[in-house]
Parts: sequence; C-alpha cells; structure tokens
Amino acid sequence: MITKVGVKSLTIVQAVNDALRTMLKEREDVILLGEDIGKNGGVFRATEGLLEEFGEERVMDTPLSEAGFTGAAIGMALNGFRPVVEIQFLGFIYPAYEQIMTHAARMRARTRGHFTVPLVIRAPYGAGVRAPEIHSDSTEALFTHMPGIKVVCPASPYDAKGLLIAAIEDPDPVLFLEPMRSYRAFREDVPEGKYTIEIGKGKKRREGDDVTVIAWGAMVPVAIKAAEEAKKKGIYADVIDLRTLYPLDKDIIAESVQKTGRTVIVQEAHATGGLANDILAVINDTSFFYQKAPAERVTGFDVPVPFFAYEDDYLPTPARVLHAIEKVMNF
Amino acid sequence: MELDFPIVQVLNEEGTIVQPEYREQITKELTMTMYRHLIRTRMFDRKCVSLQRQGRIGTYVPYEGQEACQVGSALALNDDDWMFPTYRDHGAMMTFGRSLTQTLLYWKGRTEGCVPPEGKKIVPPSVPIATQLPHAAGAACAEKWKGTKNAVIVYFGDGATSEGDFHEGLNFASVFNAPVVFFNQNNQYAISVPITRQMKTKTIAQKALAYDIPGLRIDGNDVFAVYFKTTEALERARNGGGPTLIEAVTWRYGAHTTSDDPSRYRDQEESKKRRETTDPIKRVERLMQREGWWDEEWVNQVQEEVNAEIEQAVVEMESYPKANVSDMFDFVFAQPTWTIAEQKEAYLQWKRGMER
Repeated sequence: MITKVGVKSLTIVQAVNDALRTMLKEREDVILLGEDIGKNGGVFRATEGLLEEFGEERVMDTPLSEAGFTGAAIGMALNGFRPVVEIQFLGFIYPAYEQIMTHAARMRARTRGHFTVPLVIRAPYGAGVRAPEIHSDSTEALFTHMPGIKVVCPASPYDAKGLLIAAIEDPDPVLFLEPMRSYRAFREDVPEGKYTIEIGKGKKRREGDDVTVIAWGAMVPVAIKAAEEAKKKGIYADVIDLRTLYPLDKDIIAESVQKTGRTVIVQEAHATGGLANDILAVINDTSFFYQKAPAERVTGFDVPVPFFAYEDDYLPTPARVLHAIEKVMNF
Repeated sequence: MELDFPIVQVLNEEGTIVQPEYREQITKELTMTMYRHLIRTRMFDRKCVSLQRQGRIGTYVPYEGQEACQVGSALALNDDDWMFPTYRDHGAMMTFGRSLTQTLLYWKGRTEGCVPPEGKKIVPPSVPIATQLPHAAGAACAEKWKGTKNAVIVYFGDGATSEGDFHEGLNFASVFNAPVVFFNQNNQYAISVPITRQMKTKTIAQKALAYDIPGLRIDGNDVFAVYFKTTEALERARNGGGPTLIEAVTWRYGAHTTSDDPSRYRDQEESKKRRETTDPIKRVERLMQREGWWDEEWVNQVQEEVNAEIEQAVVEMESYPKANVSDMFDFVFAQPTWTIAEQKEAYLQWKRGMER
C-alpha cells in the first residue's frame, strides 16, 4: 500500500480522535470532559492518548453525572472555553436534556447574543452492535426539534474529522452524533492537520437519475448497499448523505428530487416525529410538483429500541430499502 | 468524617467473629446457607464470562468479588419486599429468586429476562445510573400508604452518588419517611474512574447526614455484616423508622463489562492480592474451618449441585424458542396504537414475503 504524504488511513473513531487532537493543539480554549475519557481513553477509545498528550487540565475525567458535566461545560463555554463533552452513549444523555434544551440552546436568544455557548456534545448513537439495552438509541429528532442547537451526524472518517473541527469552531452549541456501528467498519484517507466541512451541507455518495435515497450516519452504508442492488436491476439512485441534520441541506435534497421525482428516506429512528418527516416537508415545500410517486420512508418502528435479540428486525436493512426503491419506481 | 463512619465488620478476613452479639445467630446452618449462595453466585458469574467469550451470550457485566454484598442483602429480604437492582446485581436477583435461565436470557438480549418469577417484586435492572433510586423511594411510599410491612431495597454503585437522582431519591425518601434501604456497593471504581476522583468525601455513608437518615459503612466482603445490618435497616423501615443508607465497601475483581479492559486504568495486582486476603468466600471458609463445620464432601456436593443447576440453565437458554418479532410491537401499550399496528402488519407481511 502506498501511503500518501499528509494523509492517514483512519476509521471513524480514529478520525474523531484525530480531530480532537488537532483542535487541542490548535486552540488553547478547547477542553474535553466526560466519563472515562482520560486514563481509559473513552469506552470506544475516541480520546485515546489525549490525556497523556495534553494533561488533566484539558482532558478531564468527570464524576458520573451527565447533567452535571454538561451544565458545567455550559458555564465553561460562557466563560471563554470551547468544551467538547462526551456522552458515553446517546441513550444516557437524558439527564442532561434540561441543560441542553433550557440553557445551552437558548442562552444566545435570551441575552440578545451577549452570552453564547460554543459547546460540542459528542455522543455515539445507534443499534446494530449487539449492545446491552438502552445503549442503542437514535433519538436525533429530540434535538433537531430543539431550537438553538445544530445537529451533525457524519457517516465517514473524512467527514467525521472535518465536521467535528467545524463543530468545535462553530459559535453555537452542536450535538455531534457518531454512528457507533460504523466506528470501525471501514477506513478512509483522512488529511493530517486542520480542515473543516461546512455544517449544513450534505454530500452525494452515489449518482443516479431514477430515484433519490436520503440517509445519514449508520444508514448511509445501508442506503449505498441498497443502491448497488438496485443498479443490478437497472435502477440508478442518487444517494444523499445529509451529514448535518439541523439545519438540513434543502438545496441538495431539492436538486436531486427535482431530477428523479422519486424519493426513499432511510431513518434508523422511530417513525413518528422522526427527521424523515422534516425531509418530506422540505420536499413538499421545494419540489412537490416534480414528484412522480409518493415518497417512501424506511424507518425504525414506534417501539423502544429493542433488546438485541430483536434488533435485526428493528433496523432498516438494504433489503427493506430496496423494496421501497422498487415501490417508488413501480408506482 | 471517616472516623464517624467506621467500617463495620462481623466476620473479619481471618474468619473470626469480631462482634460477639452476633455469635449465637451465626449457626452452622446459616453459614452453610450463605456459603451455598456465595458459591452459586460466583460459579454462575464465571460461567457467564465464559459464555460471553464463546459468543453464546452478549456483553456481560461481571460482579466477581461483590458476592457478599449481593447474597447477604438479598437473603435479608422478606418474600414480599421489593428489589430495584442495577445491571451488576444479578447475584442479588438470583439469590432473591430470579431463575438462572431468566438471567441468561437477559444477557442474551431477550425481554423474557426482565420478567420476574410469579409473586416476586424484582424490577428490571436499571441500565442508566441512579435512575432507580427515586423509583424505590416511590414504591416504598406506596407500601407505607397501603399499610403493609413490606420494605424496599435499591442497589447502586459509588459512581451513582454523583448523579442528581441519587440525591433526589434520598431526599424524597427522607421527607416521606419511606421504608427503603439504599444499598450502595462501593467497589471503588466507576468503570475507570476511582472513587477519589468521583467525590471528595472519604465515605459514601456520610452523605446520609444531609438527609438526616441513618448512614452506615460496612465491610461489603463480610456476608454476615451485610446480612445483619441490612436486616436491621429493613426492620427499622418496616416499623416506621424510615430510610437507611448503607455503604458496603467492596471491590470488583475484574472488568466493568466484558467489553472493558481494567488493565488500562488500574494495576490488576490489587485484585490478585484481594483474592487472597479480603475475599468474601475465603473468609467464610476460614470460619467454617475454625468452627469445625468444614466438610469437604458437603462442599464438593454443593459445587456439583450448583454446577448442574447452571448447566441446566444454559441448556434451557440455548433451547429457548427463537425471539418472536411480534413481541417488539405487542408490549409497548396495553392496546397498540394505529401506528404500531400498521407498522407491525406491514413489517410482518414484508418479512413473510422475504422468507417465501
């Protein structure tokens, strides 16, 4: 294998680590807080080696208290720091929900911009790794619904690094969702040093004129697999990786849907109140008359994310996505 | 403050009874009962770790080293009491009556593992930290208002004391004088974070002062201290004396879960040393030898019986009917909503089509 200069082949979790290291070096105001992120390097090793390199004052193992350390990070952000907190699993974020909803997300609005909260909350999310119960939530819509916080969800190592750096530099709070299932699933060339990817911009993963398949995070590989299966049947799909969940990239959605007229949205989360419904609203507002078929949603169900014995039946699969693609094609 | 909350022992590391007032109660029969449960919980835990390594169950949470906390406290309960465990307390749950098969099913990702045996008030383990403490306070209030003599025990670790729910649960129980025992297993590590980083207080028991309830620090590796002190706290609760906070000081020998590698954050020599010195089972063996109750044949028989029970449970777990997809939809509400009903129908129809 030829190694390119200035490029490393990294997994998503390594790219997250690389982004954190890059920003700890780049800016003195960046600090990390969370449970087991120091000596242990994080339960997924996302912060591996950072305590050793940057010390306890910048990489802080906190008491076991999601509301406590998220609230404290808000105070630090108010007072000149750029904290990046790690919630061990998204399913454990709920004690901190009030801190995020009531304080982080509305401080700027309440003070006419006098106080701001440039805080990043990182959280691994999603099912598919046979984790114990409660470890597999994908409740991004609880946060896309929340005014005053951006929600970012990369699907690849390159995007993970560029988006995390952008999130840290963003003047407002950002929830950064990391697809646990894809953490070590594949590698990609990631440039060394600092680069950013604009928050609010999606990316096309496959090009095709027949149907638009929209996905994010851990569902992007599922959508791609389904698109490849469809191709064997002569159906060509645009696969859009949203990358940012709030604000949505309405241009990339509109451009593709206006071209294909057919849409399938793939969402791991529960159906009701999910982000797919907001995507439908974007399509309705921008591209209603271009549609040749009602859009299809392939989603999790309105049930608690099940214990792992049932998770294969809960999660959208390439087969289910393919079925939806065929449905919109044959309408 | 440490001096105000000394660690209470009944049986010391050498197997000597150091509190004469319990001398009469520590009979051969009680000791043998304790010993059997200690062996049973330890052998089961080791089996589970091995099953996980072979991929026969999912991620598993071991408790080896904490058996005395779980066995002693569970044996102190009456049949009608409530138990609110965490994910590390299946030793207590199986001592209180949950079957080994159910325990295995839980670790195999099956909801059947959360259903307690008929008549037993064993709530599913809490997976987030400290969230079960307010539940326990509420269930205890309800028992009081119903006029029963039932009490509640709730388990949690040292890390849980940093969560708001710990303080809210204790305060609530204190205000309403609820019949609940807050049973803390202080194993001194919350995954990788040592207790010295978790809190500045030297004890957990002293936190009881803030809620004006009794706080007690005991040797969590001394099954008799755990048993007698928990019994006393439960009795006080039943008789209108309100809640108690018990801090049982112990040590987890191994990993936080089978996904964890403790050598990253602590010297495992400490665990090795503790196995020789403070082990909860060894000190009961020393007592039995000291008292002339040690019977090699009986011990072998206990091990054989426990082993057979565990192997039978593994067979039952592995021959259990396949997980039923419908279960995922059917237990969310008493009456399914139209959304769930439609999703279920559409999914099952699609699945049948795929299987054809």
